[in-house]
Amino acid sequence: MKYLTEFRNGEIAQRMAREIAQVTTRPWKIMEVCGGQTHSIIRNGIDQMLPAGIEMVHGPGCPVCVTPLELIDKALAIAALPGVMFCSFGDMLRVPGTEADLFQVKGAGGDVRVVYSPLDAVDLAVKHPDKQVVFFGVGFETTAPANAMSVHLAKRRGLKNFSMLVSHVLVPPAIEAILSAPENRVQAFLAAGHVCSVMGYWEYPPLVEKFSIPIVVTGFEPLDLLDGIRRAVLQLERGEHRVENAYERIVTYAGNLEAQKLLAQVFETTDRAWRGIGVIPHSGWRLNAAYRAFDAEERFQISGIRTVESPLCHSGDVLRGTIKPAECPAFGNECTPRHPLGATMVSSEGACAAYFNYGRFLSANDLASAGAALSGAAHG
Amino acid sequence: MADADAPDFSKWSCPLPLRDYPTIVMGHGGGGKLGNELVEFLFLPAFRNPALENLGDAAVFELGSGKLAMSTDSFVVQPLFFPGGSIGALAVNGTVNDLAVSGAEPRFLSASFILEEGFLLAQLAAVVEAMADAARTAGVRIVTGDTKVVERGHGDGCYITTAGVGVVRTGVSVSSLHAMPGDVVLVSGTIGDHGMAIMSVREGLEFESQIRSDCAALNGMIATVLDAAGDAVHAMRDPTRGGLASTLNEIATASNVGIEIDEASVPVRAEVQSACELLGLDPVYVANEGKAVFFVRPDSADRVLETLRVHPLGRDAARIGLVVAQHPRMLVARTAMGANRVIPTQIGEQLPRIC
Repeated sequence: MKYLTEFRNGEIAQRMAREIAQVTTRPWKIMEVCGGQTHSIIRNGIDQMLPAGIEMVHGPGCPVCVTPLELIDKALAIAALPGVMFCSFGDMLRVPGTEADLFQVKGAGGDVRVVYSPLDAVDLAVKHPDKQVVFFGVGFETTAPANAMSVHLAKRRGLKNFSMLVSHVLVPPAIEAILSAPENRVQAFLAAGHVCSVMGYWEYPPLVEKFSIPIVVTGFEPLDLLDGIRRAVLQLERGEHRVENAYERIVTYAGNLEAQKLLAQVFETTDRAWRGIGVIPHSGWRLNAAYRAFDAEERFQISGIRTVESPLCHSGDVLRGTIKPAECPAFGNECTPRHPLGATMVSSEGACAAYFNYGRFLSANDLASAGAALSGAAHG
Repeated sequence: MADADAPDFSKWSCPLPLRDYPTIVMGHGGGGKLGNELVEFLFLPAFRNPALENLGDAAVFELGSGKLAMSTDSFVVQPLFFPGGSIGALAVNGTVNDLAVSGAEPRFLSASFILEEGFLLAQLAAVVEAMADAARTAGVRIVTGDTKVVERGHGDGCYITTAGVGVVRTGVSVSSLHAMPGDVVLVSGTIGDHGMAIMSVREGLEFESQIRSDCAALNGMIATVLDAAGDAVHAMRDPTRGGLASTLNEIATASNVGIEIDEASVPVRAEVQSACELLGLDPVYVANEGKAVFFVRPDSADRVLETLRVHPLGRDAARIGLVVAQHPRMLVARTAMGANRVIPTQIGEQLPRIC
């Protein structure tokens, strides 16, 4: 497969890992911002290939994980209303609210549907004029253009039965918040390639200057990630701090200008609460005044929501990168993908679920012996 | 003397895990942990008996002088017709395959239809014709059936339930309990074809080449394997709902062994891999309807692989891993990067990721 298989070549990956080991003289902590990158690192075992001193810290870039509990509860309340058709991306369905998840709302008779694009939700609104179609518009800058387009189309078509529950979050303010925290340990960032495909990377030079840290725009395939890590380590070892683009086949400095124009037309910046982290100023988008009529929060005035987070869950510390998932006392005990206490255990991009599912609860010895047995027989 | 009516708490099973979801959710039918819990905490305690307890694809039991296998399956697929198959072909092949992987020669099937008021007779005729074709190809006879009609809005056009009976081959003793360390794991072809064929039709995804379901009766292919090395096959399964990963996890658990697979050796069609990438799915969890997994004694693995590759349904058969004594009940994959990861059983349905 063009653009996939060549970025998954095991031999080249081993060679790149050796290069990283050769240039590494000191321990470094590098944060990959995006949940998709966390997923790929853990799934492919990239972190097992790195020299011991390089620690990958998993950032808050999983939209499922950082969507505030209050908004999940609002989604559940709206989805349960008669006459509502509630549309969402698949992995939001299992995120636990205070008392239930969207699967349970669906099981109890709510009309909850998985869509692959917000434009499908607009089509549903056209097809079902008797229903109020609500799309759960979560995500980073990556999913924002399609969400903006759906609201834009709904307005142009004069749809009275389409609205969006918006919880858009933005990467640069999150990076700034992490770097500004007194307990910060992160020394370099891998910026999320897909976010930069939309936004470009013109937002990063000021951060690099302010905090004197390297930021490398990085893709998602194993070789992309290793290249991003290699460039970050090289900068750190040389005492440099620059923005670098290691995802040139997708990302340009300016980004997708058409998309940015549409985003500016539909959204405005707002303070946003991040689940497990708290409110970060100017860290989100909401529909602006011209599109406010399509805001589900305005349309469905849900009040009286009282959220209760599990006191055992340390997902905030995980998202800030101050602890690893397995260091949370509830990890693998009270909290598993079957019984998630926090969103980081639900989404496959969530750091806790990634660790649990891909077996980081196993001791390294077990895995090593398993690997030895396998390579012996599979080639025998 | 014990009172027969007194409550017996030693056999009481805790229904607590079921209470997380007070209602049935779609995940209960997704071939993952939620469905397993229904079996473990509800059906098994209620129906408990030796033939059921193996929890194989089919129950195997002695009747008269022979050993029989019996299986049943319901089919609710939408759309009813899809590239490479139809609900009718699935209904026959699904039950035939469950019997075949239990070491039986499938003989007789039943067919029950639940039809929705307003369903087109011409469509029903096409479904029935597809069933008749599939039965002829598989060499089984549909000998009994039933029809019920539900009011409009209470069904999805057409649901089919089939049950089947087969005769277990003499000298063959395959079971999900019999995988043992050293066994080689073989798969009869590419994985994920059926699930992605259905999903691309449902979601209107178009690729350069159409993805076709692998829907097929496997009894002929399995018979050639058992003819060649019947005593060396310890376990067989058809990895349907929940995909290869769920099947391997089930066998690892049932046989109390570890399973290792080499990810790069698992055959996946390029178009299936592309579709999975697009939707954020992992092909190891995607359904198959015409594939079998074999656990074979190491000295016979090459013979079984050669036998499979000669058969039209096994051309892409591959050796994908082996059974180990370490990490019992766990499936570990060696990634293309040379690292290891655990492949768990899914909770319920596999959910497409946001981005």
